[in-house]
Amino acid sequence: MKYEVVIGLEIHAQLSTRTKIFCGCSTAFGAQPNTQVCPVCLGMPGSLPVLNKQVVHYALKMGLATRSKINRRNIFARKNYFYADLPKGYQISQFELPICEHGVLEIPSGEGTKKIGITRIHMEEDAGKSIHDEAFVSKHETLVDLNRCGVPLIEIVSEPDLRSAADAAAYVTKMRQLVRYLGICDGNMEEGSLRCDANVSIRPVGQTTLGTKTELKNMNSIKNVEKAISYEIKRQTEILEDGGNIVQQTLLWDPDKNEARPMRGKEDSHDYRYFPDPDLAEVCIDEPWLQRAQEELPELPDARRLRFERELGLPAYDAELLTSSREVADYFEETLSRTNNAKKTSNWVMGEVLRLSKEKNCSVRELPVTAARLAELMQAVEKGEVSQSAAKTVFEAMDKDDAPVKVLIEKLGLKQLSDVSALEEIIDRIFAENPDKVESYKNGKTKLMGFFMGSVMRISQGKADPQKVSAMLREKLSS
Amino acid sequence: MSDFSLSMLADVAEGRLSVEKRVRAFLQKCRDNKELNAFITLFEERALEQARAIDRKRQAGQQTGRLAGMVVAVKDNIVIKGAPTTCASKILGRYDSPYNATVVERLLAEDAVILGKTNMDEFAMGSSNENSAFGVVKNPHDPERVPGGSSGGSAVAVAAGLVDAALGSDTGGSIRQPASFTGTYGIKPGYGRVSRYGLVAFGSSLDQIGVFANDPAVSALVLEVISGHDNKDSTSAAVPSFSAKSNGDVSGLKIGVPAEYFQEGLDPVIEKGVRDLIDDMAGAGAEIVDISLPMTDYAVSIYYIIATAEASSNLSRFDGVRYGRRAEEPADLTDMYARTRNEGFGDEVKRRIMLGTYVLSAGYYDAYYNKAMRVRRLLKENFDEAFKKCDVILSPTTPSTAFRFGEKIDDPLSMYLQDIYTVSANLAGISAISIPAGKDADGLPFGIQAQAPPFNEHVLFNCAQFIHNLKSI
Repeated sequence: MKYEVVIGLEIHAQLSTRTKIFCGCSTAFGAQPNTQVCPVCLGMPGSLPVLNKQVVHYALKMGLATRSKINRRNIFARKNYFYADLPKGYQISQFELPICEHGVLEIPSGEGTKKIGITRIHMEEDAGKSIHDEAFVSKHETLVDLNRCGVPLIEIVSEPDLRSAADAAAYVTKMRQLVRYLGICDGNMEEGSLRCDANVSIRPVGQTTLGTKTELKNMNSIKNVEKAISYEIKRQTEILEDGGNIVQQTLLWDPDKNEARPMRGKEDSHDYRYFPDPDLAEVCIDEPWLQRAQEELPELPDARRLRFERELGLPAYDAELLTSSREVADYFEETLSRTNNAKKTSNWVMGEVLRLSKEKNCSVRELPVTAARLAELMQAVEKGEVSQSAAKTVFEAMDKDDAPVKVLIEKLGLKQLSDVSALEEIIDRIFAENPDKVESYKNGKTKLMGFFMGSVMRISQGKADPQKVSAMLREKLSS
Repeated sequence: MSDFSLSMLADVAEGRLSVEKRVRAFLQKCRDNKELNAFITLFEERALEQARAIDRKRQAGQQTGRLAGMVVAVKDNIVIKGAPTTCASKILGRYDSPYNATVVERLLAEDAVILGKTNMDEFAMGSSNENSAFGVVKNPHDPERVPGGSSGGSAVAVAAGLVDAALGSDTGGSIRQPASFTGTYGIKPGYGRVSRYGLVAFGSSLDQIGVFANDPAVSALVLEVISGHDNKDSTSAAVPSFSAKSNGDVSGLKIGVPAEYFQEGLDPVIEKGVRDLIDDMAGAGAEIVDISLPMTDYAVSIYYIIATAEASSNLSRFDGVRYGRRAEEPADLTDMYARTRNEGFGDEVKRRIMLGTYVLSAGYYDAYYNKAMRVRRLLKENFDEAFKKCDVILSPTTPSTAFRFGEKIDDPLSMYLQDIYTVSANLAGISAISIPAGKDADGLPFGIQAQAPPFNEHVLFNCAQFIHNLKSI
């Protein structure tokens, strides 16, 4: 039987605000356990939350970027459950009236694109971390680190519109790109700044009701999202083909063993007893606030990609690669503003610049070869001061030496010979030493052009400007 | 009764009275009245230390605070840095707060001396102070009788003259009912007037810190000091402060008298006492207006839905994980929670957590919590309408005078009906005060309640001052 796959994703993105959502503690990752805490995020008796408005602003930007309906009245709700890393015994979240609803994200799918619905985006606080690892604690103990408690999150819930593991991976990729463009989340999946859970079910093609779903957790990279979902689709298909039934459960992905295992402990169907948090006043997003968020939105990745294709005439491949991150696109455009040659700039950025940033494992923004310096180098090539091939050597040098491009070219002895009299001298010498070849060329053996070019390059130690040499040779030999 | 008067503040400021001496006298009085059990923690050395610091400050010619010389007590659900906070519960064990409540900061900034932390019903749940893990508090007017609750310790500390004033908290009448039972002035300001930061939450949308005193002017001054917007509490209101000065002139004041507050179950002696005072005020030029608050009949029911719903969530943090008491040798996490909470909470607290959990449960939320919230809005509209016709609403504070220990403890419903006249002010967020109105044949005091729009506490103090003047003649 043919099955249709139905996937919905829940993404939790930690917002990169300086302080937590309801107190002034730092959100920095990696501090000593329980050092970034205060009575409020520890839920000490008598403490009260006060909303960090920046969180609303960031969530608002995300809503605008996904063309969501923005709810102007925002109410926070308490989600009640007991857990050791949840100090208040409830998580402050949103339930009714999330800040954003009915959004959309376009993802590449097959040859074209596909619109994935976004059910809702809401704001909430993160919980702490429980450490059960038996390398650190004995069997019946748990350590709790509450530094993460109160770090702001947005939860982005998709419609069950995804139809394959590849779709899901494309969706997470796009979402991560988007939050990074907006500058609201660093998108780091390994550190957990971006977390993804998947609801997966399959059904016979043509069936309208949904099959029983399972929930996949602990997929800490986009590659693992794709692998885990593929694994789960295969598992469910095998069960149904053997005449079995899918059991609704939560599965944890094990990236080392490449398998998903049911979460330990019994599956409670939680009753979270949501109700409006009486400690927090309603937050109203007024028109000026909405406008400010709208004005602050950068050009979004899809729009930028299309502009690169249509206005700059770049191939789709180039436009896609250059806009994959905002830093790269900015770097490209800054270089372009000084070189005015989109394709040549694209070649440099996609080639040398991205290679170097990957090699050094840093953002293009952090490279010593800034966009301005790259433009300087490209201009030198344009003026014939250095050859295209030698320019790559200069580029390497620029990474370690911040001297002006001209100085570096001199220093490396790569200055291209384009002085007409100097070139004429070389050409005349070659003609004088090879009168027979000159004669043969004039008699129609035009293949000898290669010999003359090669000789000039050899004598000039590769510094001669090939275009100029070629033009001069033709002129002289035709006279 | 306390020997305190506002002129005493001048004596301190001008060096005629030593704060240390005063504090010593109060401490002695507290020891002499130990059997009242008003305090859970008495700050002997700490209070003397504070008193000496204030005396030194004055001797050095420095400006002292507006409450320099005043000795106060704080209910034990309001946190003080480095001191125990028990909420009269076993579950907090030996918990010392790492920070000060905003009201405590404000008292200390004005040089009030804090003498100790007062007994109460566990987590402010109760109307008799019988629900304390630290024993009952006795009513100084009759030690066989309850002082009211939940702020029973604060009421008694003031009534017995153990302090000049005391802070309490009022979620459904927890200041006004014990004030009525002990013959003290007890004000619950409008919701948002006083910061709740540092008040251990019971029903967050209802809780408000207020003041007990034997004199309306003292009450007003202390309230003025602790009032004001606090950016640590999102529900604290950004409203201008009120003036603590009232002359007791009620001419032209429009007094609303709601029929719903004078129905069956009200002690006739209290009814007469209250109506006589209303007549006195009319005689002094006030205008009496009949008003109706039809939602009053539902107030107790919706109060016990909303307050318990919020409490069930607010009390989740007492789980034995980070502070307070933890059950020994738990089998697993669930067992730790279950046993910690079972051993740590008293019966009334458990009853309310269960009630609150139930009304928020899937399938019951709309029928209970949501419906209660809708009725709460209607009740508020009743008051909005009423306050178009009058400036203040007068009624009894409680249907009866102080009852005997054990009389109602096994009958929660009858205990809950103690709040019949007081819960509405919390539900509507308005301000209310209980003013000593008289005594019954057994010499037990009762109060008259005045209710005014949220931030019209000055109207309440004016009524209180009028009655105070009347009684002083």
